[in-house]
Amino acid sequence: MSTARRNRRARTTVTGIGVTAALVFAAACSPSPQAPASGGSDAAPAASITELDYYADEQGTVAWQKILDTCTQQTGVKIERQSIPTAQMLPKILQGASSKTLPQLVFTDNPTLQQIASTGALTPLSDYGISTDGYYPGIIKAGTYQDKVYGLAPGVNGLALIYNKDLLAAAGVEPPKTWDELKAAATKLSKDGKYGLSFSAIPSEEGTWQFLPFFWSNGADLSKVDSAQSVQALRYVSDLVSSGGASKSVLNWSQNDVADQFVSGNAAMMINGSWNLARLDEEKSLHYGVVPVPTPQAGGKPAVALGGEVGAIPVSGDATQKAAGKVLSCILSEPTMLDWSKAHAYIPSKVDVAAKFGQQNPEMQAFIDEVATAKSRTADLGEKYPKVSAALATAIQSAITGQKPADQALRQAQQAAGS
Amino acid sequence: MTLTQEATAGRAETRARPGRRRSQRLAALAFLLPALAYIVVFFGYPLVGNLVMSTQNYTVRSFYTGQAPFVGLDNYAAVFRNPVFGTAVTNTILFTAGSIFFQFTIGLALAVFFNGRFLGSATLRSLLLLPWLLPLVVSGAVWRWMFDQDHGIINAALRALHLASGPTPWLTSTSWALPAVILTNIWIGVPFNLVILHGGLRAIPDVLYEAAELDGANAWQRFQHVTWPLLRPVTGIVLMLGLVYTIKVFDVIMVVTGGGPADATQTLTTLSYGLSFHDFAFGQGAAVGNILIVLATCFGLVYLRSARASLSEVAS
Repeated sequence: MSTARRNRRARTTVTGIGVTAALVFAAACSPSPQAPASGGSDAAPAASITELDYYADEQGTVAWQKILDTCTQQTGVKIERQSIPTAQMLPKILQGASSKTLPQLVFTDNPTLQQIASTGALTPLSDYGISTDGYYPGIIKAGTYQDKVYGLAPGVNGLALIYNKDLLAAAGVEPPKTWDELKAAATKLSKDGKYGLSFSAIPSEEGTWQFLPFFWSNGADLSKVDSAQSVQALRYVSDLVSSGGASKSVLNWSQNDVADQFVSGNAAMMINGSWNLARLDEEKSLHYGVVPVPTPQAGGKPAVALGGEVGAIPVSGDATQKAAGKVLSCILSEPTMLDWSKAHAYIPSKVDVAAKFGQQNPEMQAFIDEVATAKSRTADLGEKYPKVSAALATAIQSAITGQKPADQALRQAQQAAGS
Repeated sequence: MTLTQEATAGRAETRARPGRRRSQRLAALAFLLPALAYIVVFFGYPLVGNLVMSTQNYTVRSFYTGQAPFVGLDNYAAVFRNPVFGTAVTNTILFTAGSIFFQFTIGLALAVFFNGRFLGSATLRSLLLLPWLLPLVVSGAVWRWMFDQDHGIINAALRALHLASGPTPWLTSTSWALPAVILTNIWIGVPFNLVILHGGLRAIPDVLYEAAELDGANAWQRFQHVTWPLLRPVTGIVLMLGLVYTIKVFDVIMVVTGGGPADATQTLTTLSYGLSFHDFAFGQGAAVGNILIVLATCFGLVYLRSARASLSEVAS
C-alpha cells in the first residue's frame, strides 16, 4: 500500500512539474558566449542564406516571396525563407540569439530593432556599403542604435482615416479634419447598431500604436505619459467611445477586426494602415477615401507612428554576412522598393522614391504626406519603449472601460513605466 | 574433508547471494536510468534554470552574452509590488475553481445521461468530443467572435429570448470578461470530464443497480449510494488532471481577451508572459512562473491528502 502511494505521489508531482515546465521554457535555452566567427575578410559570399520574416498573411507572403525571388536572380544567392506569426518574432529571435542560430537576414518590426541591436547580435549596415542617403529621417532613427545604423526598411507605413464615401455622402458628412469634426461625424454616423468610427485599442503594442497619432498630434511626449496633453488626448479617445461614436468592442478588436468592421459596413470610418488598401480594393461595391488622421486644431500636421519592418544582418560569419548584405542591398534598391510598396500598399522609405510612387498611386498620397511628419516610436526612448508602450496600452484600456479616469490611468502608467 | 567441502560450498553460497543481489540492484537501477535521465533533462534542468533566472537581472542582452547579474530576491519583491500581481492571483484561483467546478458537474451530468443506452447515444457522445479536438486558438477565436457586444451570436440569442434588456458587455467590461473566459474554458473542458467519467461509470457492475432497485432505491438514491462512492477513484483523477490543465491555461485567455480589458483577465500565466515578452523583465517573468509552480504543488498536496484519506476509507 505504502509503496503504491509513494509511487503515486511521485507521479503526480512529476505531472505538475512537467506541465509548468511549458512556462519556464525560456530557461531551457542556455546561453553560451561565443566570439563572432571571423574568417578572412576576403572570403567569398556564401551561396545561400536563411531569412526570417513575419509576412505570414495570404497576400503579404506571396508579395514578399516575389521580392526574394527577384533578389535571388540578381545576386545569385539562394534564400531559405522562414515565415512566422508576428507575435512569435521576438521570442524566436531571442531563442536564436542565445543558441547562436539566428537566421542570416531578419526582417523585424522597427520598434524592436534597437532592443535586438543592444544584445550585440547585429552588424552595422555600413559594413556592407549600404548607405542611408535619401531615407526618411524617422526610419533611419528607428534603425539606429548608439550612432550606428543596424536596420533599414524597403517600405514604411502609417495610419490614416479611411472612410466609406457612400455612407458619409448619405449622412451629408464631410471627411473630418479636426478632432471636433471627427467626433461630430462619428456620432452622426452612428445609428441602428452601426458605428461612425472604428479603431483598435487592444492591450498590446497594436493598441498603443493606434493611440500615438492622437497622443503626438496633441504635443504629448513618451518620456512623460501623464502630461496634460496626454491626458487630454486619452480623454478625447475614450469620449469617442462613451459618446457612442465608436463601439466599446474596440477594446477587443485587432486592426484586422477593425478592417472587417469597415468592409462589412458596420463602421463608416476607421483608423487603419495603408496595408489594408489592397484588401479594400477587392470589394467592388465599397467606395472608400483616405484622409490624414484628424488633428486637434485645423491646419495641424498629424504625427503618426512610423511602421514597417527593417532588415538587419546578425553576426553569422563573413561569408554568410556578405551574402546577406548583397541580398539586403538588392531589397533596398529603388525598383524592388517600388515593387514591394505597390504589392503590399507600403510607402517607399526613400523620399524621392515615395514622391514617384505617389504620382503613380494617387490613393496613397495621404499616407505619403503623413510619413514626412511621422515619428519613430523608439526615437526618444530607445530600448525603454516596449515597457512604456505596455503601460500606455493598459492605461488606454482602463480609460475606455471607465475603470479609471484618464488622468489617474496615465499617472499609473507613468509609475509603471518609470519603475 | 566432506565437512570442509560442505563448509566451503556453504561459504561460496553465502558469498554468491549478496553478489546476485547487487547485480539485481544494478539491473533495477539500469531500468530506472532512462526515466531518471528524462526527468533530469526535461524537468529538472528547466526548473533549476528557471529558479536561477528568477534571481538574475535577465535582459534581452543576457540572451546573447549569457551574462546576467545576480540580484537575489529583487525580482520577487518587484513582482509582489506589481499592482497587477494581486489581480492575477485572484483571477487564477477564480478561473481554476470556476472552470473545474462547472466542467466536472456538467461532465458528470452528461456522463450519467449518456450511460443510459438509447438510440444515437454513442454518436452524440462522440460529437460532444469535438470541442476537445479543436485547436485552442480556433475555439478561442470563435468564442471571441460569439461574445462580440454588437454583432455576437450570444447577445443576439439573449435578445431574441428576451433574457437581457441591453447588450451584455462580455469582453468589454472589467467585470464580465473573467466570467466570459471561464465560460469558454468550461466548454473546452467538459468533453474531457465526460469521457473519463463515462469510462468510470461503465466499470460499475449493473448488478449493483439491479440490487439497489430491488431494495427500493430511487434514481437519486442509486446515484448517491452506488454511483458516487464507486466513481470516487476516477473522480480524483479527473479533478487532479483538470486542476493541472486549468491552472496553466494560457492560450484561451490570450486569444479571447489578451489579458484585458484593463488587466481584468490577467492570470499568473499571462502575467508571466507579459513580464517576459512585453517588458523584457525575464527575471520577473521567471519569478511568476516559480510562484505558479509552488501554487500548483500546494494544490497537488491538498489532493494527495484527500486521496490518501479516501483510500484508507476504502481499505477499512
